[in-house]
Amino acid sequence: MPAKAKAHRIGLFVCHCGLNIAGTVDIPQVLDAFRDEPGVLVSVDYKYMCSEPGQELIRRKIAEEKLDGVVVAACSPTMHEATFRRNAESAGLNPYRVEIANIREQVSWVHAKDPDAATRKAIEVIRTIIEKVRYDEELLPFTLPVVRRALVIGGGIAGIQAALDIAAAGFPVLLVEREARLGGRMAQLSGTYFNFESAGDLLAQKLEALRARPEITVLTESEVESLNGYVGNFTVRIRRRGEDQPREESVGAIVVATGFDLYPLERLPEYGAGAVPDVISGLEMEAMLRPDGPTGGRILRPSDGRPPREVVFVQCAGSRDPQHAMPYCSKICCMYTAKQARLFRRQCPDGQAYVFYIDIRSGGKGAEEFVQAAMEEERVLYLRGKVSRIFRDGDKVMVWGADTLSGQQVEIAADLVVLATAVVPRQDARELAQRLRVGTDMHGFFNEAHPKLRPVESLTAGIYLAGAAQGPKDIPETLSQAGAAAAKVLSLFSRHELVQEPTIAWVDPELCSACQLCVPACPYEARRPHPWKPVVTVNAALCQGCGACAMVCPNKASKLRNYTPEQVLAMVDVLFAPAKAQEGT
Amino acid sequence: MRYFYFPGCTLETKAVGFNRSAKEAAGALGVELVTLPEWNCCGATFPLSTDNVLDLAGPARNLVSTAEAGGDTLAVACATCFNVLRRTNHFLRKHPDTLEKLNAFLERPQPYAGQVEVRHLLDIFVHDVGLEAIRRRAVPGLGGLRVAAYYGCMLLRPADEIALDDPERPGIMDALLAALGAEVVDYPHRGECCGAYLTVKSPEASMPMSYRILSAAGRAGAQVLATACPLCQFNLDWLQARLRQQYASYQPLPVMYFTQLMGLAFGLDPAGYGFEQHYVDPRPALAQAGVLGGIRSP
Repeated sequence: MPAKAKAHRIGLFVCHCGLNIAGTVDIPQVLDAFRDEPGVLVSVDYKYMCSEPGQELIRRKIAEEKLDGVVVAACSPTMHEATFRRNAESAGLNPYRVEIANIREQVSWVHAKDPDAATRKAIEVIRTIIEKVRYDEELLPFTLPVVRRALVIGGGIAGIQAALDIAAAGFPVLLVEREARLGGRMAQLSGTYFNFESAGDLLAQKLEALRARPEITVLTESEVESLNGYVGNFTVRIRRRGEDQPREESVGAIVVATGFDLYPLERLPEYGAGAVPDVISGLEMEAMLRPDGPTGGRILRPSDGRPPREVVFVQCAGSRDPQHAMPYCSKICCMYTAKQARLFRRQCPDGQAYVFYIDIRSGGKGAEEFVQAAMEEERVLYLRGKVSRIFRDGDKVMVWGADTLSGQQVEIAADLVVLATAVVPRQDARELAQRLRVGTDMHGFFNEAHPKLRPVESLTAGIYLAGAAQGPKDIPETLSQAGAAAAKVLSLFSRHELVQEPTIAWVDPELCSACQLCVPACPYEARRPHPWKPVVTVNAALCQGCGACAMVCPNKASKLRNYTPEQVLAMVDVLFAPAKAQEGT
Repeated sequence: MRYFYFPGCTLETKAVGFNRSAKEAAGALGVELVTLPEWNCCGATFPLSTDNVLDLAGPARNLVSTAEAGGDTLAVACATCFNVLRRTNHFLRKHPDTLEKLNAFLERPQPYAGQVEVRHLLDIFVHDVGLEAIRRRAVPGLGGLRVAAYYGCMLLRPADEIALDDPERPGIMDALLAALGAEVVDYPHRGECCGAYLTVKSPEASMPMSYRILSAAGRAGAQVLATACPLCQFNLDWLQARLRQQYASYQPLPVMYFTQLMGLAFGLDPAGYGFEQHYVDPRPALAQAGVLGGIRSP
């Protein structure tokens, strides 16, 4: 694969980026500096090198001058490296002989006030990159096979939907659920907003569809114990409760859909710390509202089984409270509190429902109307303010709060209090994240690769996110994300092979002494001692080309392709002693 | 165990029963309280204006004296003194320039560096002596006397500076009283304000606050309410005569210092505990519960 010959017909293409670069960097001076550079046959500039005429210019020069290396002095390689490499490849040049000299983000933008220095720095940056290109190997990307079978972790509505969508395209799915039954949180809910349609009925439809899918294998009472491998080729160990031997399965993609917990009442001491029986969580209220629940759909006080007449709902219990609990908004509470308050009032027409709120966040189709109807049709009394204290007083539950609109302190002797406790990640989400090697945020929600542009991918290739495991979400939003995660899996499965970048690490067996310092240095677990030879090997599929192994290797046996120690030292040489380095070429 | 002890003005004058019972109860547990030489008033309120450096000089002087005498801990019984001294210490540790100014002003041979720890007796008893040792020493014990532990503001807030207990659901005094053989009652408002200085200027404002605490404790079955604060003790005790006039069904509830209960539990002679100075005499309730033993109630 590597070509030993150094590049000696290099083309330098300097981009103005309009005035982004040319407004600061003196382009003619830059071109002048390389006019007599040995091995550099072409040095030209253009207004926008990334435009079609700019790219055409590069292609033409490659053909006319038989260039064997290209340096584009332009913006950051994260912007257009792929563009220029593709372009050069179409003109017959090996794309790994194309390098970017970043003279925009790291030069013209940061040194806009000192054009002379910017010009000098641009020349230095370009000089080092030319030196790099001289030593660049002509690499070829390699391919890896894809196991076209998916693993979905979590059998709630998010996992069910993702499994259904993947199976609908004909691919096998392994659906792993910790509990004995599928359904997750949705199985615990009563009527849903906005039309009080039964969550149980909706879930039953999905479960029916799931049963009709021979592609889906459901493993209940099972948990993912470990994960190895990489995108397209994961090996996962799954243990079923009560069984000694975990089963090992091969999958190509993974959807994490492990759902959420509620902030525990015990951690809200000002609201009774879970010790007052008639102070319950939103999910406990859902259980009572469910026709198939423990009370047959009737709202009854846990303390004495009597139907309550005065019910206080407290929103943001543990949410939006950076000092004591969770700083974020749990997003679903405004809507389900309105729904629960309405259902209570329908059950108890002469009762009274109060809702304490900070803000009502009822965005989107139908939501605001639903909350308004709670106020106008069911006469739910909304009080804007926080509740300071909840305590038991005889058989009543006293609620102290503020009504900030009237400026009054409020004291309500309630029969039942429902706390809309914060949506938090599953207690063991962080452990699972470690096992899967995906990131979580400071609270334990799984991290998306980019909050705007890549909202359903994790930062680990081949692992996708769905539902409240990634952040608080209601049912329709969860289904959207689950469908999107399934689409990502399917676009991976649409290929039989994955193309891998060749700019990864390798070990020179002549130099390696098998000291194994590089093994723990690798953050991707891509390195392993050879079973019998005294060398360390690189798993090319796992290696991401970060270079940590090259840094720790005392023998310089571990090298990154196209970032070899010789290359880097040559770049340093031309930076500090340009004349001397030029003599050598 | 030996600690420098800061009695404070109120314990030397009005709440002498608190002072005496604190020292005796500590002694019974092997804790020697050495009165800080030349202590001065703590300042009585923590100066909230951070510009007013001089207000911190009073409390800071006690900290410097402790350090100069070779102490690393200053033990305090009065909840208010504890609050002021501890917050002053916390503030000085966080603001080295203020500390430097104060050191310059105090002109002591050794500048203070924040090394002293201000601790409440509750903390020392529960964490240094330990509940198990207290339980062993608690003979004859409190015989199931039903006690409501009342914390008020000063022992709990601001939580990050005081750091004695959870301000929303405190339990350290409950644990101590339970170790003494009391039956602690669960009731709300244990951390609510009693009304504090409002009693002097507008008792009509502080009365409902005190009433709320006392009536909740009474409804929970308490025979005695325990406190660590002379001002809370005064408010809750003194107002009860008025409460009886205002609320027909109101049952008086003796308000005692937790150290008085410790002395009784350890079988010490309560003469000098100042029971006769309480507006609601605790002796009948104590005698009824069999805690006062041979001591005659009037």
